[in-house]
Amino acid sequence: MNDAGCECSKRFADPDNLAPLEVILERYSEEKGALIPLLQDAQEAYGYLDEKVMRALAKGAGYQLSQVYGVATFYTQFRLEPIGEHLIRVCHGTACHVAGAELISEEISNLLGVRNGQTTPDMKFTVESVMCVGACSLSPIMIVDSDTHGKLKPANIRKVLKKYRGDGGETEE
Amino acid sequence: MSGNGKTKLVLGYGTCGIAAGAAAVKEALENELATGEHDAYLDIAGCMGVCFREPVVEVTGPDGLAIVYGDLTAKRVPQLLEAVAAGEVIEDWVVLRSDDSEAAEGDFLSNQHRIVLRNCGNINPESIEEYISTGGYEAARKALTSMSPEDTIDEVGKSGIRGRGGAGFPTGTKWGFARKARGDQKYLVCNADEGDPGAFMDRSVLEGDPHAVIEGMIIAGYAIGATQAYIYCRAEYPLALTRLDIALAACREWGYLGKGIFGTDWDFDIKIKKGAGAFVCGEETALIASIEGKRGMPRPRPPFPANEGLWGKPTNINNVETLAAIPWIIANGGDRYASVGTEKSKGTKVFCLAGKVRRSGLAEVPMGYTLRQVIFDVGGGVQAGKKFKAVQMGGPSGGCLPASLLDTLVDYDAITATGAIMGSGGMIVADSSTCMVDLARYFLSFTQEESCGKCVPCRIGTKRMLEILARICGGEGEQEDLESLDVLAADIKAGSLCALGGTAPNPVLTTMKYFRNEYEDHILAKKCTAGVCPALITLRIKEDICTGCGACAKICPVEAISGEKKEPHSIDADTCIRCKLCLSRCPEDAIYAE
Repeated sequence: MNDAGCECSKRFADPDNLAPLEVILERYSEEKGALIPLLQDAQEAYGYLDEKVMRALAKGAGYQLSQVYGVATFYTQFRLEPIGEHLIRVCHGTACHVAGAELISEEISNLLGVRNGQTTPDMKFTVESVMCVGACSLSPIMIVDSDTHGKLKPANIRKVLKKYRGDGGETEE
Repeated sequence: MSGNGKTKLVLGYGTCGIAAGAAAVKEALENELATGEHDAYLDIAGCMGVCFREPVVEVTGPDGLAIVYGDLTAKRVPQLLEAVAAGEVIEDWVVLRSDDSEAAEGDFLSNQHRIVLRNCGNINPESIEEYISTGGYEAARKALTSMSPEDTIDEVGKSGIRGRGGAGFPTGTKWGFARKARGDQKYLVCNADEGDPGAFMDRSVLEGDPHAVIEGMIIAGYAIGATQAYIYCRAEYPLALTRLDIALAACREWGYLGKGIFGTDWDFDIKIKKGAGAFVCGEETALIASIEGKRGMPRPRPPFPANEGLWGKPTNINNVETLAAIPWIIANGGDRYASVGTEKSKGTKVFCLAGKVRRSGLAEVPMGYTLRQVIFDVGGGVQAGKKFKAVQMGGPSGGCLPASLLDTLVDYDAITATGAIMGSGGMIVADSSTCMVDLARYFLSFTQEESCGKCVPCRIGTKRMLEILARICGGEGEQEDLESLDVLAADIKAGSLCALGGTAPNPVLTTMKYFRNEYEDHILAKKCTAGVCPALITLRIKEDICTGCGACAKICPVEAISGEKKEPHSIDADTCIRCKLCLSRCPEDAIYAE
């Protein structure tokens, strides 16, 4: 409605709008045991699994809500909270751990004021810790959206994040 | 390799290459080549294994001489193409050359024996034609048109290959069980849920040679009598999933998948199932539950999946690496595969070298090599200036082995005897800057997080073990803690249903066995000699080295560092939270932990 409406609405569907979910339900209507792909596609469309979406999905695909919630909370891929504009995933695989991934996470939380699993209040960044992305020779690694940043040092995190802050108006220092 | 007198450029375009900047190099190469001034063309390939020099490009001239250049950037592309046009070699960038196996990093490859990785880095994984040109799909044709399913199983049995996912069960025997199981419908599953942190063999094979896995699946499906197969692949591997999609579509077009494949009356098709992130789904029964759309929790066996698996039907599950070796075995014969390796461990094993090793990457070696050969001859030893301390094998289910065990053979039974496991192939090298207690704590925090919660010993036992380890790392450990760890470890091993719990204590047990002095240093002397555990270290600045640049003071989150400009700085130990940000920031390496 508002021209100044938030960016996120362009990227992801609003959980009140169930039309995208209908399409997803139709896609898997013939497939046996498709709960995980249903949830994966729903998350892709909505950015996270809102309670409204899970309820509608359970009803539409013939599951108990408890089954849907059970699967959604079992697998680490699924999120129950909306995410920020940029997703930062810090790898904490063994090679990255040995190479100092802890320091990378530390510096990110220093700079953004949020810890693993949290989103900055301005909805710019969500920080997650992930287990091994399989690019061990570049450790320590973080992935911002789909860009991999390897051989990181805490001191260059600020520079990397600056790129994603957007219009420049919000960059510190 | 190169056709029509042109120079062929092959860019390593796997996840590791792209992460290192291969996309920018690709764009630069394409732009340069588009000018039409160069007598060369570009192709892509999966990971060559030399991850430590990515991005890499292989240049094959009209004379057939191939040179692999590494550490490329978009900026270096014009210089590279100029040299190629002039017939010159840029020595500093050379990684490998086909006319001199000892040049540059040559011994990284010459010490390997590539069966599973036979095509990785050599062919374009998105082109079925390139795979076919290497003899691809001939093994499947041979099995389907001239061998009975029983003959096929015999041949695989003769090869002696054991499951490469970690458990090491003989593949031929496993197929035999599924073949004999009664059922109107049988399933084959390729386990590509590579969850071990520090392991990326399966990802590299799927990205570099997806058709080898598919061909292996066709042969396996035919052997056991399955008409429907699944590849259960981690969602964290988007490129592998994309290349599998491309490969499956090409197979259907060529009549290698679908109805009546290879001109026989055999129907076979493969579907991809994306994992959603749960380490326990590497376990067979948990993986089956996950494909069925449930929480991925293991169940008691028997019944084994061979009799009652997916949807209650006979199901055979093999790992990516196992399946990728199958076409080679059928094409070259089980005996030839069995001629490589040790008495009870045949063939080759792919390892991911990572951590403090000089050449981190992907290496395939014959069984029977020593760990020393893998880490030092292939991997080039430990990174400059440090001493080898340990190698961690088998990820969270495995163990840490000290220098005194470096002559252990790469062999299922020899490695199991040390307390570690062969595992899926992750090999993380640790040096003097790695704290073994912290490493044990790290692995346990992983298994604790990934425990599905079904079995009490695993769910609660790992939590208690983790608490004790955190206490030890925090400087509050007591001598009795070591005994408690032993007791808990034994109970968890005995009381867990699946291998996740059954092996979870291994990293703790092996570090307590081989690095007991480090535990005692933490508990008795309250010292972390590696300088890792924050509660047990003090950060100091070497006054004679510090230039007073102030970089450390700037990054310190608690303002514990002070000093005049251009004068040596100092750290106030009471304010310092030992986050070590200053240590990594110092351009002079003047800050140290003790």
